[in-house]
Amino acid sequence: MSASTSTLPSQPGALARALAVLRRIIGVPDYEVYAEHMRVHHPGCDLLSRDAFLRERMAAKYSRPGSRCC
Amino acid sequence: MARIRSILTWTIVALAGAFAIGVVALKRGEPINAAWLLVAAFCSYAVAYRFYSKIISAKIFALDANRATPAERLNDGRDFVPTNRWIVFGHHFAAIAGPGPLVGPTLAAQFGYLPGALWIIIGVALGGAVQDCVILCSSLRRDGKTLGAMAKEEIGTVAGYTALVAVIGIMVILIAVLGLVVVNALKSSPWGIVTIGLTIPIALFMGVYLRWLRPHRVLEASAIGLVLLFVALYAGRWVAENPSLAPMFTFDGPSLALMTIGYGFVAAVLPVWLLLAPRDYLSAFVKIGVVGALAIGILVVLPPLQMPAITRFVDGTGPVFAGKLFPFVFITIACGAISGFHALVSSGTTPKLLQLESDARMVGYGAMLMESGVAIMALIAACVLSPGTYFAINAPAGLIGTTAESAAAAVQQWGFTINPADLTELAKNVGESSILSRTGGAPSLAVGMAHLFSRALGGTSAMALWYHFAIMFEALFILTTLDAGTRVGRFMVQDLLKHVWAPLGRVSWYPAVLLTSAMVVGAWGYFLYQGVIDPLGGINSLWPLFGIANQLLATVALCVGTTVIIKMGKARYAFITVLPMTWLTIVTMTAGFTKLFSDDPKLGFLSHAAMVQSKIDAGTLPAGIKTVADAARVVANDRVDAGVAGFFVLSVIVILLASAWEWWAVLAGGKPAVSSEVPFQARAAFAAGD
Repeated sequence: MSASTSTLPSQPGALARALAVLRRIIGVPDYEVYAEHMRVHHPGCDLLSRDAFLRERMAAKYSRPGSRCC
Repeated sequence: MARIRSILTWTIVALAGAFAIGVVALKRGEPINAAWLLVAAFCSYAVAYRFYSKIISAKIFALDANRATPAERLNDGRDFVPTNRWIVFGHHFAAIAGPGPLVGPTLAAQFGYLPGALWIIIGVALGGAVQDCVILCSSLRRDGKTLGAMAKEEIGTVAGYTALVAVIGIMVILIAVLGLVVVNALKSSPWGIVTIGLTIPIALFMGVYLRWLRPHRVLEASAIGLVLLFVALYAGRWVAENPSLAPMFTFDGPSLALMTIGYGFVAAVLPVWLLLAPRDYLSAFVKIGVVGALAIGILVVLPPLQMPAITRFVDGTGPVFAGKLFPFVFITIACGAISGFHALVSSGTTPKLLQLESDARMVGYGAMLMESGVAIMALIAACVLSPGTYFAINAPAGLIGTTAESAAAAVQQWGFTINPADLTELAKNVGESSILSRTGGAPSLAVGMAHLFSRALGGTSAMALWYHFAIMFEALFILTTLDAGTRVGRFMVQDLLKHVWAPLGRVSWYPAVLLTSAMVVGAWGYFLYQGVIDPLGGINSLWPLFGIANQLLATVALCVGTTVIIKMGKARYAFITVLPMTWLTIVTMTAGFTKLFSDDPKLGFLSHAAMVQSKIDAGTLPAGIKTVADAARVVANDRVDAGVAGFFVLSVIVILLASAWEWWAVLAGGKPAVSSEVPFQARAAFAAGD
């Protein structure tokens, strides 16, 4: 799913991956995945900057029910 | 060989679970160890997951790892992102597990541990996890459609709109009751208010840090935030121990309610990156950390349960909330057994993230089992307290008075042993001036957790820190729910009002934002304030309303699920949703009618209003109410509560009738059984880009 397909995880790679998992679990959107998706599937389209992407994702997250519960 | 081993293993798990349930259910007289409850719960979960959830994944939906999911078909790198199942599991669990599974079981402990434990274990296996999983699968097969959209499409427009209005109603009641929990925990507690108050500037600092100082370093900012939370904990103690500062931070209920309302309004109109998002990151970490710590604490200490299996209050005379075991234990514990709110998450973010269809079983059914485990742990934490202590904390001042002596006398009269000195001693140990009548569940859970943690680590001297740590953690994520709920409520109101006047729907037009935020805050603020000034503590009337509302939403979700299953031509498996739906209908109807029409003024909103009104007419006042104006307000509040309960009951009836009509049409052959699923597309066609 992510771009990294290295086989044997070296120490920093494993840590970085663990941190990425943690970020995703607490709900931080993944800019790398988005940028990779745009590069592969929509090479002609404008890419949002990291800032713009994160702001757009946050606004979407907190504007509908379904991202959290009691 | 593998087959024999599997049969053997599952036979052992099933027998262990059955034996533990037997011990939990039948042992009387001496306290049992919490371990029995844990074994009973976790063996039941394992068996339910292995065998019952398979009916949903294999027989009904026939989940297929080769069928492309919305995340893959509609992958846009934003909403639809194929994601590893463990990440989705964590994300889904963090979204469904809030204060609900902690507060409900704590309140229901007034019946003893047994009724709550059985409902949590059986309810989740046959109800809650089924609902979450069926809705997740349904949404997964429909491009990640929301519950409201599915209700409209599968059942009809009336059901769709009823569901929409019900969701707004539930949000309002939910936020009000959670706000009340926080207010009751912080009342006359300078330590608590300073610690919680400081979480606001901490979150603001994180927001600024992430925006300008070191953009996008979320984990770094969260780590700093977590350290600062501990500083806030000590700062609170420092203020509480300072005789000249402490009174400045000591507030009564009504002022705290007004502060909460003001905070809710400001938080809802500030940009999300500044306050809400950083607070959300913090609260997610604290949530996962505390749930883990609670599990370790219970496993290390393995405490005996001091609460009896069943108390005399099953007859409906309980001080924590009014009403008999049936139906009120099933209303009081929603999250942890079955919670309609989860259907919004299961048809919200989660179906847009699942990479493989076959992951839906683990995420939908599995995460709910885990939340149920959290509810069991909360129940244990409440039941490790002596029953006398539990009732002194959870009974309103109207029943036990305001001094340790009067409280001990009242609790003794209910048949539980407690000395006034014990209550004073406990208050001193947790660093509060008093622990009496701190209703709402959070404080007794915090005392229970402090009791466990300090036995595992730190001893009595650490108890005050543990207590305030637990209060901070509960308040932190309650306030996050309050912010986020208000904001979502605002968007929903804007979405409705744009039909009245288009500019009101514009989300970036400040007058519209301020107006609709004020409307949402005003709605929950009204219920919060009336709860705070209620002489019986408010939780008494608000928590059942919340429970009824939540179970109403579950009924909607199960109606949608049943309709989906019938239209798939799988009516013979429809029992899986019909069973919990029938049970919840019986429960919500009975509870709703009791709250509306019971002759007992402790239970029925209308009879309580009539009782107070007759006292006003006779020139006297009921106990705990000081002026005629207050009494008149109690009458008005009762009538509003009755209206809300009536609305929820009516909504259940509307949705059930609309669904039954649709089922009849399909089953009797008047309407073809056509599933609205997106047709099968192989994963192979989409895998290329990943």
